[in-house]
Amino acid sequence: MQEKNRGLALFTLLVFLFLLGPLIIISFTSFEPGSVLKFPPEGFSLRWYENIFNVEMFMTTFQTSMIVSLLGNLLALLLGIPAAYALSRFQFRGKGLLNGIFISPVLIPGIVMGFAMLKYVIVVYHLPIYAGLLVGHTVLMLPFIIRVIASSLSNFDFAIEEAALSLGAGRLETFFKVVLPNIRSGIIAAILIAFLESFNNVDISVFMTGPGVSTLPIQMLTYVENNFDPTIAAISVVLMMITAILMFVIERLMGLSYFTKR
Amino acid sequence: MALLALENVSVAYDNQYILQNFNLNIEKGQLISLLGPSGCGKTTTLRLIAGFLEAKDGRFLFDGKDYTRVPVNKRNFGFVFQSYALFPHLSVFDNVAFGLRLRKVNEAEVKQRVLRILEVVSLGGFEKRFPKELSGGQRQRVAIARALVISPDLLLFDEPLSNLDANLRINMRVEIRRIQQELGITTVYVSHDQEECFSISDQVAIMNKGIIEQLDDPATIFKYPKTEFIARFIGFTNFIDFAERSETNGEIGLRVGGHEFVAAKNPGTASPMSKKCAMRPDDLLVTTEEADQAGMNRLHGSVKVSTFLGRSYQYVVETELGDFTVNQEMETPYRSGQKVNLLFPKDKMVLVD
Repeated sequence: MQEKNRGLALFTLLVFLFLLGPLIIISFTSFEPGSVLKFPPEGFSLRWYENIFNVEMFMTTFQTSMIVSLLGNLLALLLGIPAAYALSRFQFRGKGLLNGIFISPVLIPGIVMGFAMLKYVIVVYHLPIYAGLLVGHTVLMLPFIIRVIASSLSNFDFAIEEAALSLGAGRLETFFKVVLPNIRSGIIAAILIAFLESFNNVDISVFMTGPGVSTLPIQMLTYVENNFDPTIAAISVVLMMITAILMFVIERLMGLSYFTKR
Repeated sequence: MALLALENVSVAYDNQYILQNFNLNIEKGQLISLLGPSGCGKTTTLRLIAGFLEAKDGRFLFDGKDYTRVPVNKRNFGFVFQSYALFPHLSVFDNVAFGLRLRKVNEAEVKQRVLRILEVVSLGGFEKRFPKELSGGQRQRVAIARALVISPDLLLFDEPLSNLDANLRINMRVEIRRIQQELGITTVYVSHDQEECFSISDQVAIMNKGIIEQLDDPATIFKYPKTEFIARFIGFTNFIDFAERSETNGEIGLRVGGHEFVAAKNPGTASPMSKKCAMRPDDLLVTTEEADQAGMNRLHGSVKVSTFLGRSYQYVVETELGDFTVNQEMETPYRSGQKVNLLFPKDKMVLVD
């Protein structure tokens, strides 16, 4: 039998409470029937969940967020898969430097990144807001895509590629018939992780949004500035659920250990 | 004319030559092994033939056609990898069918050919399994089937057995030889295991530092190594460097530092000027008798080290010409320090370069 340590158990419980407490409180308050955020709630009602659909800006910005995250995801995949492949497959001069550049968006504070994107994409190139937002999110997602796919390529035996070549397959044919199917779960995990990063992002979006174009998290910020009803709690619960479901899928595909091993 | 010819081929990485002015000819239907220590260029040679590497200079002729710039996927050579390199996402059937489907063979024929070749490698009934459900030996047989089913013009093996355990290795090499002879397919086989190479090959090329030191049938190499490197590689441990050489009535006289030796004239492979002799530890004899014996050269010495090998004793004997290692079966061993005579049978003294 393992020795029990009540003190440690209590401490662990406190840590959990500290981490999960705000989420639990938000979840409870979302069911508040009154029009002011309260904890504990004074009843049970789904009216604020219904209200999400009545606030038009939530619906339009949700749409924008989905489009930007999905389209940006696609762009980041088109750039990221070849990049990850080249970085894993070949030895070349400047490989370490390139690796560093590709992961730098993760290391640079989002607020700095956002401001830099604003200066570069909007001020210098005068891209329309929508396009600028898309570029910003593509850049945001790219390092996650590259890291996750490169990590799944690191378990790939490139002799398999040579086997396909020796059997008569061309280079492209080999990539699509042999390489892609074997890193499929890595690609799906990359898509999901990048989607979460993009969909929940505030710091880059806050610079890249503008009149008429906004993402859901930015709209939520604006909303709490003017309103104090539980709609915001309800929408937060919805976002938490989406995140939890995606994380569950990622865990199934690659194991969450991916996040701890670097 | 040879089926395959490498003519003055050079391969270099970052200006460092792995192969330089390399030549090799292989006859149709033969199994030829490239054998040598790691870094000798054997794998480079194989990958060059396969087309994974391109020659910097020289030509690669196959069946009279210039293959030097033909890309790997247009060569129709079968390649068997050390790591098997099966496609993990495909069943055994689909793995083997891969090359046929690329060749747009119709599905009925694909099925027939795949099932037949799986019989050849004794894997009938395994077609629905996936690679991860197979043992190492079975995986390697799938890899061989996958390379064979496309009716390759040439079959290439890159250390195919080195990931298998010892018993399986012996079974598999017999299997490889059987399949190769059954199908009469020209084969190049790379290994660093000499027993493996010698047992299955028609010809063995022993490589060292990017050149072939000797290309002969296994028995010839085993008896008459051409160079000191090869002699050491295949178990000759004793060498004498003579200063003078002369030939009299079918024998070779050799002299160094006041010692005179006679060696029988063997159908050796070394150059006619060579003055270096190689001897296996099993071929020398240690004795305390002083009488001359016919057909023997004699050298005085003393036992330096005596070790028990189980069936025999191994002695290191110190002489004026250096230390010699001798394996000898006997009841009561010589002691360290004991004065002995070392006997060198004339016909066991092999001249090497």
